[in-house]
Amino acid sequence: MKVPQTSDALRQQRLRIERYQQRVKEVKPKPPVARNGVKAFLVGGLICAFGQAIQNFYMYFFDFNERTAGNPTVATLIFLSAMLTGLGVYDKIGQFAGAGTAVPVTGFANSIASAAIEHRAEGYVLGVGSNMFKLAGSVIVFGVVAAFVVGLIRTLVVGMGG
Amino acid sequence: MRDGRVRLGRQTWQFTGDVRIVSSAVAVGPKEAQGPLAGEFDLVFDDLYLGEKTWERAERKLLEMAVQTAIDKGALANEEIDVIVAGDLLNQIISATFATRSLQFPFLGVYGACSTSMESLAIAAALVNAGYATYAVAACSSHNCTAEKQYRYPTEYGGQKPPYAQWTVTGAGAAVVGKGIGGPRITHATIGRVVDWQQKDPFDMGSAMAPAAADTIATHFRDTARTPEDYDLIVTGDLASVGTPLVRELLAEMGYDIGAVHRDCGLMIYSPEQGVFAGGSGCASSAVVTYSHIVKGLNSGTYRRVLVVATGALLSPITYQQGESIPCIAHAVALERVAAAEEGA
Repeated sequence: MKVPQTSDALRQQRLRIERYQQRVKEVKPKPPVARNGVKAFLVGGLICAFGQAIQNFYMYFFDFNERTAGNPTVATLIFLSAMLTGLGVYDKIGQFAGAGTAVPVTGFANSIASAAIEHRAEGYVLGVGSNMFKLAGSVIVFGVVAAFVVGLIRTLVVGMGG
Repeated sequence: MRDGRVRLGRQTWQFTGDVRIVSSAVAVGPKEAQGPLAGEFDLVFDDLYLGEKTWERAERKLLEMAVQTAIDKGALANEEIDVIVAGDLLNQIISATFATRSLQFPFLGVYGACSTSMESLAIAAALVNAGYATYAVAACSSHNCTAEKQYRYPTEYGGQKPPYAQWTVTGAGAAVVGKGIGGPRITHATIGRVVDWQQKDPFDMGSAMAPAAADTIATHFRDTARTPEDYDLIVTGDLASVGTPLVRELLAEMGYDIGAVHRDCGLMIYSPEQGVFAGGSGCASSAVVTYSHIVKGLNSGTYRRVLVVATGALLSPITYQQGESIPCIAHAVALERVAAAEEGA
């Protein structure tokens, strides 16, 4: 494997790399997409069903209606997710469930809690404070931007229509 | 046969003196202690924190303990160590610098990602061979949690890893290098070049590093006029289950069939049911296997001649976020058993 000097040698080296990249694709184990999809569907569905049960609980035992029960329900899920993260369990569930635990609000809570725990050693301000939105920050930014764009479109469409 | 030349070809150093690994020691964490090599490790810790406040301190402690144990096993005093060549995976190689702060040895810091183990050993051997040090220590460390924190996501983050991801070894290894006392002889070191075959997936380091390993191994054979049959064992550092078949294929294309003698440290240190994805990684992967299993095997006669090829992926979170491919490197060191009859002569 000499350093390629001539254009011929360069071409050959490029061919070798292309052939290698092809071979890597064959050797590299593929993530089991179908199995992961089913697991994500089941676990994600379970979390949502559990959330529904919490919501019903607040509506049945406390003075909440369907709209106002949303906030304490989300808070409860966030609390449980952060607790499981602190106990070192959530990452193991996440490896099994994939998108099933990443997509619901529990995944969002886990990304914040895990970053906060990780950087606790660097202090509350420079560690926890500035790092806890390391992963969640982009979700918030693009969530707000998307909401703004959608809101703008709606205003324009409704404005023109009316 | 060795002759008086100190360099063979452009990349291979030949140690003309009787340079040996006088003693060596390794310290590991809990997961490694459950692996198939558990019985060969000097120090085993069942807590990832090692009783320290942070993971960074824990990694430092692993390194300090490995170095001190290696020196003690060689029945040497700390004052006899003329230089320590050490490195690790963290930014500014803080494990190595902070560990040597307490050890107070003259210090050379090195970084070659996971190839640091053999990079440091090659430099230590060269210093001893040339007489700049009577005894030199080569050491390196990695820690699963500090590596995850620096290169990937928080350890408790619930993201799903692909099956070709690797598990960073928690551990440290150290070797005391000196002349003609005992232990396996260090005969050659082949210094690798940075090889980049355009791999971009930071979870798949085996595929990225295999071409670098193949380049260094082929160069070693060419420079030394050796063949795979000259070795009982050729180990790569951390190619794991994805990179292992690839390096064999690349070398077969170049006319070297290493299949019969090749193993990978990343596959030796854990058993598959330990949930380590494709296998182990980190500079402790090759260091821990070499400075325990391989050195012991050479001393006992299980192995006669071993080539250790430590492989490193020279990426950082910034380079892959900027869309760069992963440049890689591999350094090889040849170790040889000194037969008892020859020892007496």
